[in-house]
Amino acid sequence: MSKPHAAKPESDPAIRVRALESLLAEKGLIDPKALDALVDTYEHKVGPRNGAKVVARAWVDPAYKQRLLNDATAAIKELGFSGLQGEDMVVVENTPEVHNLVVCTLCSCYPWPTLGLPPVWYKSAPYRARAVSDPRGVLKEFGTEVSENVEVRTWDTTAELRYLVLPERPSGTENLTEDQLAELVTRDSMIGVTK
Amino acid sequence: MNGIHDLGGMHGLGPVVAEKNEPVFHEEWEGRAFGLFAATFVFAGYTVDEFRHAIEKIEPAHYLESSYYEHWMFAFEDALIKRGFVTREELDARMAKLQKGGN
Repeated sequence: MSKPHAAKPESDPAIRVRALESLLAEKGLIDPKALDALVDTYEHKVGPRNGAKVVARAWVDPAYKQRLLNDATAAIKELGFSGLQGEDMVVVENTPEVHNLVVCTLCSCYPWPTLGLPPVWYKSAPYRARAVSDPRGVLKEFGTEVSENVEVRTWDTTAELRYLVLPERPSGTENLTEDQLAELVTRDSMIGVTK
Repeated sequence: MNGIHDLGGMHGLGPVVAEKNEPVFHEEWEGRAFGLFAATFVFAGYTVDEFRHAIEKIEPAHYLESSYYEHWMFAFEDALIKRGFVTREELDARMAKLQKGGN
């Protein structure tokens, strides 16, 4: 197994990126404006507010929730979210008996159309190591207490599948609109490190 | 096959440190590195699987020490060099020039 031709580790990463980008642009292989658009899309347009809409819809519409649990890819697409790194989705539901947590132990697979790009901690070695072996310990580090008689399930994302947690609807929210409910949904609850 | 990337269950890596309200990209170069994925994917003809495998081949100590988008840079360079779109020498020369403050 050959190693990639590695740049010296002490190279400034910014220089490394500029070097590649400038060479590829000069060779006519890339358009820097296309990169600008991608950066803008993922910095400002695609993010957890998408997933929050999916969750809020599931909370108010039992038929939608059923479709979401049966075929998450299709149900999420109903709300207009699909594509890159979300081609095959599975939604796992938190209940009073079960709390779900999502990780990608091998790299950083994450459902981009519903949650945007993953936070650094999700991609970090400690999370990838312990989400599968010590999920309750990880939850505690996020300030999340899950009682001993609640089952904790950790879902290890594969290259092809992406998971989204459907958190439990908070009590006392019966009179909120769908939009108001969506505002309550946090990114961390859809990964499962919080409730 | 396993390797340093197969981190599930590994001991001794410490607590999960979560930055609150972290930005999508911590530095401008991270955003550019992110953008390079789609941009190079289009013409170079590599798959996401090959991309991941290139990252898995990073020397283990460096894998753990380097940041996420630095991993991506290894993978781009691996895919593009072996397909002949750029050479190691061109990249090193350009980095040296940029390091000296040239454009």
